[in-house]
Amino acid sequence: MREATWGEFVVTRLIRAAGYSAILFIALIFLFLVREGVPALFEAPLSVLAGARWYPIEGHFGLLPLIGGSAVVTLGAAIIAVPFGLGTAIFIAEIAPRWVREVLKPLVEVLAGLPSVMLGFLGMLVLAPFLREAFNLPTGLTALAGAVLLAGISLPTIVSVAEDALDTVPRSYREAGLALGATKWQTIWRVTLPAAGSGVLTAIMLGLGRAIGETMAVMMVTGNAPVVPGGPGALFGPVRTMTATIAAEMGEVANGSIHYHVLFLIGILLFFISLIVNLIASSLVFRQRKRAERILS
Amino acid sequence: MGRRYNLVRMRHPARSVILALILNLALTGCANSGGAGGTPGVPSTTIENKGSDTMVNLALAWAEAYQAQRPAVRISVTGGGSGTGIAALINGTLDLANASRQIKDEERQEAEANGVAPVEVVVARDAIAIVVNPANPVDQLTIAQISDIYSGRINNWAEVGGEDRPIVRLSRETNSGTHVYFLEQVLRGGASDDSTLFSPTTLLLPSSEGISAEIRQNPNAIGYDGLGYVTPDMKVVAVAPTPEGPFTYPSPETVNAGTYAIARDLYIYTNGEPQGEVAAYLEWILGPEGQAIVTELGFVPITP
Repeated sequence: MREATWGEFVVTRLIRAAGYSAILFIALIFLFLVREGVPALFEAPLSVLAGARWYPIEGHFGLLPLIGGSAVVTLGAAIIAVPFGLGTAIFIAEIAPRWVREVLKPLVEVLAGLPSVMLGFLGMLVLAPFLREAFNLPTGLTALAGAVLLAGISLPTIVSVAEDALDTVPRSYREAGLALGATKWQTIWRVTLPAAGSGVLTAIMLGLGRAIGETMAVMMVTGNAPVVPGGPGALFGPVRTMTATIAAEMGEVANGSIHYHVLFLIGILLFFISLIVNLIASSLVFRQRKRAERILS
Repeated sequence: MGRRYNLVRMRHPARSVILALILNLALTGCANSGGAGGTPGVPSTTIENKGSDTMVNLALAWAEAYQAQRPAVRISVTGGGSGTGIAALINGTLDLANASRQIKDEERQEAEANGVAPVEVVVARDAIAIVVNPANPVDQLTIAQISDIYSGRINNWAEVGGEDRPIVRLSRETNSGTHVYFLEQVLRGGASDDSTLFSPTTLLLPSSEGISAEIRQNPNAIGYDGLGYVTPDMKVVAVAPTPEGPFTYPSPETVNAGTYAIARDLYIYTNGEPQGEVAAYLEWILGPEGQAIVTELGFVPITP
């Protein structure tokens, strides 16, 4: 009896320590980023950091092309991945017969395990030449190629999590919808999907989170030209993302130089972007839950 | 559920940074353990050799041939770029740093502050070939034309005698020694007061493979890379220093004769005057056997 309580005591402490350690790690990573990145704000004038030219070996540290590049690629990926991902999730959860569902779901999850560098190779050798000819572009190494690859990378996450969310909607909701004379489509669109709302939103945010952080595949297909994107046409031109810049340049930068600190500053920016996306997502989920509680009460 | 996922996602921003650090550690770790794996009983010396990606195949071929002759010596070779090699030499973790450019003054100062005295040896020569897609009718370009193309003043192949097609410029990343060399010797024509930059629309590709893949399939593309990386499915353009010519193709003969305009020396840096096994290895590289390997790999030997 005493031994059991002792074991319990140890296990609860271990679990608690594991939980707190996640917070500790994030805090440490953030501290490290701040320590290495903030000096950049003092070494490089703001007018340089806000410039339109990124050419670090000659002291041009304009961050605009990098931020713009990441934005274009991520938004492009969202435009492609969200409809496809939700469509696939709805098909698997609501429409497909049982055997199709049992084949499709594991297949999609296997896709999630595909190394992104392999997708990058496919993108470089197959997708980029295809896009160049299909859209008659000067080169296929464009933001569009990156967006398509990122959509492919975030799709499995979106499909898998959204399907789980749709699956947890009680059967009685659908039956009630159908019994009231709604068609299958109306039931899906008006009943099941809103009921699974917060889970579906989490799925989208998770998928896009993967897209923002992805580096290797993007570096291989976007051409990495630090051009400030101007308008929607930028999707069809080359761009350079923040993650690709860090990955390409961190390995060779002199420790402690301005360039080194600016690369960490980009890391801080990425950290904050992801934090803001997170906050927006959780506040949306929270608001939705409150509304659901109001309706149910 | 939402909370769990939030925690997972929070790690993403720093992931590439952490990954780069871990990779760095892992690579250094591999190099060390690979070097230590000598045959038991045989006294073994480990030589760490790292640096320029342009030189990595050459360094590997040297190491293989030398180790076959002297099994007691283990040589571990890694790439990563000239800057990476010199940085490791400055940190004192490296015996031989390969570099496709000369050490910079600031790097030399940093090394001296660290108690490291870099000694330079020219081990081979390299020519940079200008390559286009085989379907491109342009056969020859002057240095000034190449400079205008890469700085964005010429944007259509018709302006240099080709078809009416947009020009897609390909370059190695800014941390590649080849990039810096091309910027200084071609874009700026060797003038130190010239501040011409690459056009921002220049595609910066992380590898030679990236450049050759795009050159092979895109008739709009122009690229540059070491002569050792040119494959038969790319078209090499003849280059002239002035519009009057002579237009010369890169080859060992033209580079050694000094008639090809875009050629450079390749260096190995040691920490202080080389001693013992390191000195013997360097001597072998500069000897007939080492230089024969230079020729085999498409570079140019220092002694004809």
